[in-house]
Amino acid sequence: MRKIESNIITSTVKDLCAKANYNLPDDVLKSVNVFIPQESGTSHDILEQIADNAAIAKKEKVPLCQDTGTANFFIKLGKDVYIENGNIYDAINKGVALGYADNYLRKSIVSDPIERKNTMDNTPSNIYIDIVSGDKIEITFLPKGGGSENASALKMLTPSAGWEGVKEFVLSVVKDKGGDACPPLIVGVGIGGDFASVGLLSKKTLLREIGNANKNTFYAKKEQELLSEINKLNIGPMGMSGNPTALAVFIATKPTHIASLPVAVSIQCHSCRRKKISI
Amino acid sequence: MKINLQDLILNIKDIKVGQKILLSGNIYTARDAAHKRIVDILNKGEELPIDLKNSVIYYCGPTPTKPGEIVGSCGPTTSSRMDVYTPRILKEGVKVLIGKGTRSESAVKSLKENNAVYLVATGGVGALISKRVKKSELLVFEDLGPESIYRFEVEDMPLIVAIDSFGNNIFNKIVL
Repeated sequence: MRKIESNIITSTVKDLCAKANYNLPDDVLKSVNVFIPQESGTSHDILEQIADNAAIAKKEKVPLCQDTGTANFFIKLGKDVYIENGNIYDAINKGVALGYADNYLRKSIVSDPIERKNTMDNTPSNIYIDIVSGDKIEITFLPKGGGSENASALKMLTPSAGWEGVKEFVLSVVKDKGGDACPPLIVGVGIGGDFASVGLLSKKTLLREIGNANKNTFYAKKEQELLSEINKLNIGPMGMSGNPTALAVFIATKPTHIASLPVAVSIQCHSCRRKKISI
Repeated sequence: MKINLQDLILNIKDIKVGQKILLSGNIYTARDAAHKRIVDILNKGEELPIDLKNSVIYYCGPTPTKPGEIVGSCGPTTSSRMDVYTPRILKEGVKVLIGKGTRSESAVKSLKENNAVYLVATGGVGALISKRVKKSELLVFEDLGPESIYRFEVEDMPLIVAIDSFGNNIFNKIVL
């Protein structure tokens, strides 16, 4: 058993909150930069603003976007870890409260969806834990803005719909709501599982880096097919036409019931902030 | 085209869809919760704590300001969530709305009827936009946290005319 003090988790999370919100991941910036010389007019200007914004945010430690998001944590918890003086959920939420206060990040969580009173410390966060072998804790932080989250959707298709049904649904989601979700987008598609699990499956795909091909060659091709179709929609950066509408499509699948074909589409804006660290 | 707010409002009919402008002047921030509160106050027949006549509303909830800085990250939020409040807000004399993304038919109609315009800023570039804010002051509704109303003095804020006072809509011109 390896003992890890809960306050180590808290300070690590606090640090992650700042780093993720000030730094656009290299793969995202690289992907945006590819399109700048290819575009002209409004789409060119917007892509250039995105790159300039990333430089200012990094240099001056200013949040990339004012929506510093819901704090999502994807944890791989080694089974040989013992957390001392606390539990992982409280340790993470304490790190979020400190991280959002001390780094001047926006607090965007309301305690009740109808009453809508701000909790003023950006907690509670969403914490998803997988138990794995080993004695480490791997923490991946995905602060996600509300605008792109609102564009996400889920549908319970049935088996006869097949791949064509999935494709039609993904394209309809991007077409209906993608323009308002700060494109260029990253589109995370979850297929299979059930109603409760497919949404999380789609969200987890957003942790993948752009340029890393899907290990499953069938779905690697389907990702390219969807990306190409999405980019034919001519929604463009900020919905003002041009290219690209999406930088990447990521697909993840899991086994499902003989009667079901659940599909979830997690829409991620261009400010795709994510940061991983191991303790 | 550089333009200050007074000139824009005075010559609002000359502002045409698709134009790129660099706006200077005083603007209010207000997003979901502030809109709801404004409309609640108006519906009760009470007086608003801010004067909306000939004003600009920027759909924005900035990050907290660091000590020594003017403002935090302050890009636009999705405008369509404010559509339901827009006709009532425009009736109070607001002339310019700033946000990101499409608007509902009723919001477009209301812009036209009230001789007002809708401008868009780039979403997700709040650090860049913060450089164009020269002064920032928390005005009212402090209890709403990031949804409080601030007054920003902006200089050369980069915007695109998305809906002009004739109801011409940039998003309708984009063939999907």
